[in-house]
Amino acid sequence: MSSHSYATASQPHNHDKDATRVALTARTAALEAALVAAGVLQSEQVDELVETYAEKLGPRHGAAMVARAWTDDAFRQRLEEDATGIIRDLGYDLEGSQHRDLPFATLRAVFNTPEVHNVIVCTLCSCYPLFVLGPQPRWYKSPEYRARMVIEPKKVLSEFGTTVPAGKTIRVWDSNAETRYLVIPEQPKGSEDMTEEQLRALVTRDSMIGVTVLPDLT
Amino acid sequence: MDAPRFKVGDTIRTRVDNPPGHTRLPRYVRGRTGVIESFRGVSPVPDDTVANGVRGSDVPYYGVLFAMQELWGKDAEPGAELVIELWESYLQ
Repeated sequence: MSSHSYATASQPHNHDKDATRVALTARTAALEAALVAAGVLQSEQVDELVETYAEKLGPRHGAAMVARAWTDDAFRQRLEEDATGIIRDLGYDLEGSQHRDLPFATLRAVFNTPEVHNVIVCTLCSCYPLFVLGPQPRWYKSPEYRARMVIEPKKVLSEFGTTVPAGKTIRVWDSNAETRYLVIPEQPKGSEDMTEEQLRALVTRDSMIGVTVLPDLT
Repeated sequence: MDAPRFKVGDTIRTRVDNPPGHTRLPRYVRGRTGVIESFRGVSPVPDDTVANGVRGSDVPYYGVLFAMQELWGKDAEPGAELVIELWESYLQ
C-alpha cells in the first residue's frame, strides 16, 4: 500500500533496532525510578497511563464522533465550537484518573468539505490526538512525513493513494502548540440511509488524520 | 494578561530570530506574512517556561494561516495552505 515507504523508511537495521530498544527501555526505567525516588511520580500512575493508552483509547472513539457529526446536526455544531468540551464530557481527557494536574487536552475538529481537504502533522515531534485515535502510526512520527507534509502536501497525499482534485484547497494543520486536531471526513456518498452505528464502521483512522478520504459506496 | 492584540482576519508577520533554546516557532514560518485564522485562548509560552524554569504568565495565541507559496516560493503547490498556532510574542 502507499504508506509502505513511510513504514519502512524510518526502521533501522534489525540489529540496531534491538540495541536501540534495549537502551531506551533501560533509560526509561532509570528515569521512572529517579522520578519515583524524588517523589514526583508514582509507578501506579505510569501503569494507569500505559493501560489507558494501550487498552482504552483508540480510533473507535474518533469514529464514533465522526458518525455522530454526520447524523446529528446539534452535535456537529458543538463539535465545531467546543470539541474540547465534548471529550471532557466523554471522559477522554483522563480527568477522572489520578492525573488531575496534567494539562487539559485541547481538541479541534476540522471538517472536510467539497472545497477544503484537511490533513494533520506535527513537525516539531509527533503530537497527535491520542485520546480519540489511540497511538500514532509509525509513519506519522517519521522525519519524512513530518517534513514533507508541510512542504508538498498534495504529493505526499498522492503517495497515500489520495488524489485531491485541482481547485480544492489542501489545508495542513501543524500541531506545534496546545491544540490537537481531528479531521472529520466527508460522509461517503451512498451511506445516507445507514444508521449511526453502521456509519462508525466506515470511518478509518487514516481518514481522521486526513491522509486518506473515505471511498463512496457504489 | 493584556487584551489580545490581533483579531481574526488581521495580517501579521512572524518574527525572525535564532533562539538558543526551546521554541514553538519553527524556522519554516519565521519572517513570513500570514493571516489570523482564529483566537485560540491564552497559555504560557513554552519558550519562556523552559528558559526561566517556571511556568510563565498567560499570553494570547492564535491559529495563523499561511499560503504554501508564502512559505516555499512560487513553485510551491498552488491551492495549499498551512495553519499553525503562534503566541503573540512570535508575531511582529
